[in-house]
Parts: sequence; structure tokens; C-alpha cells
Amino acid sequence: MAQASVIEAIRSTLDEELAADERMFILGEDVEAGGVFRATDGLAAKYPGRIIDSPLAESSIIGLSIGAAHYGMRPVAEIQFADFIHSGFDQLCSEASRWCYRTKGDAYLPMVVRTPWGGGVHGGQHHSQSIEAYYTHMPGLKVIAPAFPADYRSLLKAAIADPNPVLFLEHKRTYRMVRQELEGAPAESVIGRARVTRRGGDLAIFAYGLMLHESLAAAESLAGEGIECTVVDLLTLLPLDRETILEAAKATGKVLIVHEDTLTGGLGGEIAALIAEHAFEYLDAPIRRVAAPDIPAMPYHHAMESFFMPDAAKIAAAARELAAY
Amino acid sequence: MTAVRPRRVRSQKPIDDLLLSEHQLEEMYSYMLLARRINERSLALNRQGRAPFVIAGVGQEAAQVGAAMSLRKGVDYLAPYYRDLGMNLVLGMSAREAMLNLLGKRDDPNSYGRQMPSHWGNSSRHIVTQSSVVTTQFLHAAGIALGAKMRKDPVVVMTCCGEGSTSKGDFHEALNFAAIHKLPVVFYVENNGYAISERTEKEMPLEHVADRARGYGIQSAVVDGMDAIAVYQNVRPAVDQARRGGGPFLIEAKCYRLWPHSSDDDDSRYRPKKELEEWARKDPLKLFRERVENDGIFPRADLDEIEEKTEAEIREATQWALMQPDPAPEDALGFVYKEA
Repeated sequence: MAQASVIEAIRSTLDEELAADERMFILGEDVEAGGVFRATDGLAAKYPGRIIDSPLAESSIIGLSIGAAHYGMRPVAEIQFADFIHSGFDQLCSEASRWCYRTKGDAYLPMVVRTPWGGGVHGGQHHSQSIEAYYTHMPGLKVIAPAFPADYRSLLKAAIADPNPVLFLEHKRTYRMVRQELEGAPAESVIGRARVTRRGGDLAIFAYGLMLHESLAAAESLAGEGIECTVVDLLTLLPLDRETILEAAKATGKVLIVHEDTLTGGLGGEIAALIAEHAFEYLDAPIRRVAAPDIPAMPYHHAMESFFMPDAAKIAAAARELAAY
Repeated sequence: MTAVRPRRVRSQKPIDDLLLSEHQLEEMYSYMLLARRINERSLALNRQGRAPFVIAGVGQEAAQVGAAMSLRKGVDYLAPYYRDLGMNLVLGMSAREAMLNLLGKRDDPNSYGRQMPSHWGNSSRHIVTQSSVVTTQFLHAAGIALGAKMRKDPVVVMTCCGEGSTSKGDFHEALNFAAIHKLPVVFYVENNGYAISERTEKEMPLEHVADRARGYGIQSAVVDGMDAIAVYQNVRPAVDQARRGGGPFLIEAKCYRLWPHSSDDDDSRYRPKKELEEWARKDPLKLFRERVENDGIFPRADLDEIEEKTEAEIREATQWALMQPDPAPEDALGFVYKEA
């Protein structure tokens, strides 16, 4: 099998799942024409009536998916850009996330909301956001953010099979950036499990999405300097894989958390607290975070955009300091 | 004491132009009365300190029972709002369950003590779980109808709200989508005149919510929501039309909230007493009794008998429910996720 990009992995997985289960359908803006990132290219002709263009209304996309999932369908919704999901916040957080809890399992929602997130594409404030921190604060949802094509494939399959609402975050910068053999890739990923993608004894880096790739690049260059890093791909952001996180922290004694989201209130704070609470005695240095600065949005101009985003050089700089501590 | 006398078997045949049989009319009155008496008992329990919160549908019983009787039990779906006790009774909720719900008891089938009272939901009865956020359920209803249409199931979805809720975006988004896809949904607005303290004119510059439907290409009707028979006569054809593939319908039932917003509200701060007195004369239960008595459908004694039966049912249900177990503190945990 040829290598696949992230977007190809998503498209072929959607295709397979549509073929496998006639209850599944896709709802979103421009999806009949293939979607703005071409994730649903060719699917409308292949599955007539099951790829449904929605009006330009995100609360509708999520609210309708809730109803359809409640009825027994398997909706896979697409929010065109994660930046626009917030008008559906109420439907996701006041409704979908609580459906099972407030009925004590009498009702539940097998639904997926896919959405491209993240920056590095000159998207400015409303085509670049990291939205995960808002939604990882909502028990009842599952939030997934893979980095490699094979993980996109196995986790999208798992999300569609899951009886709970899953927010599936696709880093748009990586759509065509990385290619990978889908078959025979490293161990099949499952929801709720992180993966150690590189092992090294000096420090542990925790990252997801585009930042996982930047962290791996940083680790590679640091290895040339004699600094060996463990790199953990978090994959599932809610619920977090506490076991893998704590094991990596304990094994290295030094922790660097990387995210593209702004620092304050970002997921890094939760991971740091988890490690401080349960692995404090194993730590040899203060926990470090590399994140975007606390400004309200990613700026448009490339110079400011690059300034905003963490990258391999910034990660390596922080890692060097940490290794020397 | 009323003498015990044999009950006449009610005919199931529709009476002339009423669309309703004697049997259905008796059901209609029984459900309305049960809803009213449950709400009254609930408020009494609240004032005794035994129920922290009551939100009621007093004044809306005809609007609710007349509409819900148009649905097919176990086939159609209902996405109600918090005042719709009457609708839940029609679809099978018992007085005992209503009392478990009021008291937040462990075995309340709506939410097992996890939600405030009157936040309905019961999958086996096709009643969709609701939150306190108004009108989100309109999109859920359209989504259910989308699923039913895709599967070619002959299902109609009814979803309800008050007129205040029609200011929310989800109301408009749901009407729009349902109209585009000709979905089998009946949007049912119980216009009770008040959104807590705000009168209708603070919510919209129109006299009728139903007028908003035209902008979405949806058929609509205004019905006297104090008259259960008129409600049924208008809603039933809309339900039938939706089932035949005729697309969505919006019905506005003009009714009145005879009580304050909730057990925590003091409506004397904003509602003229005279207005309340005028509407009280149109009490839906009173109107129904007068009509069936005057038309000679039921003798007064039969209606009195329903009253007595209902009283006994509530008394028993209340005593029973008060004895039922509360949730354990740690019952707060669990069911965050559905196990695969």
C-alpha cells in the first residue's frame, strides 16, 4: 500500500466506515463538494443522500447530530474550521457531553465532530485557533488530537465506533505535511492511550498535533548534542492517559510540556498539576512549558505568526536548559 | 359520598365532527386533571419543605394534552420543555414517576435525581432528554426527524417550547433546516404570555409566533390553547401531514401561565391581578367540563368520579414516592461515558 497523507487517511477511513455502516452519514458545510480541505472528496457521489450539506450554522450541525445519534444514526459532523465551533458550544457542552450522565445511560450519543485546528497556515485569528482547552474541561466528551496518518485512521475508526460524543481534532498544517504507510504502522492506537514515540533518559517531552512533529524534530537535533529525549504523543486529550504520562515523568525526572495553545489555562497546566501531584518525588527540575504567548489570537503576518507559534528551535532551547538544570 | 355505580363503557367511535371518541375525551380530561393535581400537590410539598423546586404547567394542560394525544405512542418522538408534564402523562408517565421526579428520588426514570424536576426524558417512551437551556431541543428534534427520514421510518417528532424560547438562535436554525429538508417535525409553541417576567412584546414585535414560520417557508397555525378539543383538531392534521411527507409545521397554542414562573418566583412584582383573574375564567379544565357537560357527552357524575379517582391516585403516589430511597451521595459518579 502506498503512503498516505493525513487528509488521505481521513478520507479513506470515512469511505470505509460509510461502506461498513449505512447508519453513518456526514453533515457539514461544503461537504457535498468535498469540503474545503477535500476530506470528503468523491464521497457524495458514492453515498447518495448520506453526505449532507448543512446551512452555515454550527449549532445546527452539532444539534442535528445529537438528534440523529439519539435516533440511532452514526453522524460524523464536520465543522469547517475549529475557530467557528463555538456557536455550537452549548450543544456540545450543555447537551451532548451530559446526555449519558443525566439519563444514567438510558440515552447516549454515538457521534463524532471532526474539525481542523491549529496554525501555521497564515490563517490569522479565526483560522488558526487551538480550541482543545475549552472542550477538555467537559467530562462526557472525548477529545482526540492525533499527529500521524496511521493514528488518524485508527482513532477516527475508534471515534466512529465509540458510543460517546467525540471531538476529533485534525491539525490542518499536518494535512499534507506528513506521509506514512497506514498498514503495519506502530501499534494500533486506542482512545485514552498516549504513545511513547521516542525514548531517551534525559527528559520527557509531552505534545500533540503539529507540536508532536516539532518536538520530534527538536529531539532529533538534541540527540546530536548528547541530550536524549522521551517524546510522548498524547493522542487523546480527554480523558488523559495518566498512566503513560506519569511513567514517562518518573522515568526521566524532567518534564517539558509543549502546546500551540496559549499558556494560561492550556492543557499543559493540567498535565503539570498531574505530575506535581503524583510524581513530585521523582522530579529533578521544575516542570517547563513551551506554549504560545497569552495574547487573544494568532496574528496574521508571517513574522508575528512564527513568533506566536512554538517550534523545534524553541522546544530545543527549553529542553537544553532543562537538561542542564 | 357518591354512590358506587357501574361505569358505562366509552365508545371508541369519533363523535361527529370532533375527531375524538368518548373514550378519548375521557382520557383527555383525565390527563389534564392529573397534570393539574400533580402540580398542585407538588407546590404543597414545596411549601412544606419537602420538594426544593417546582416548575409547573398550570394553565397549559389543554395545550399539552390535546397536542400529545395526536402522537403515536412508541413510534413518534417528543422533545418537550420543562412545563410539559401533561404531555409526559399522555405518553405513559405515571403519577408515581412524576412524584419520584419531583423529589429527585433514586429511581426517577427521567434522570435518577441528576437533573432538576421537570427535566424529562425516557428513551423507551421516545421522550428526549432535555436540559434547562431553552430551545436546544428544537435542533435535536430536527436531527431525529432527519434520521427517521433517512431510514424511511414513518415517525413524527414533536418539539415544544414557550414563546420566550423563540428568541434563541436554535429555534430559527431548526426551523430553517427542517424546512430545507422537509422533515417530519411539528414545532409546538405554548405561548403562555410570559418569559418569567417578560411579556411577549419584549420578546418580539409580532402578535403571533406563528407568523415567524412564514419566513422559513413553514406552514403554521394559531390555536386556542385553552381548549383541548380545538388543540387536538388542529395538531392531529399537522402530525398526519408531517407523517405523509408534507414537511414541518409550526403550531402556536395561545394559553396562559396561571402560576408564577416557578416556586421561587413572585409574579405579583410584574403581573396585573386583573389579567390573571380574566384568564382564570378561561381555565382549560373548567372550559372542558362545561363543554362536555353542556353537549351532554358525559354526565356530571362521571366527571366527578374522574376527580375522585385522580385524587386517590395522587395521594397514593405521593405517599409511595416519599418512602422511596434517595440517591446515595456517591451516585453522583458514574455514567459519565457509555461503556462500549
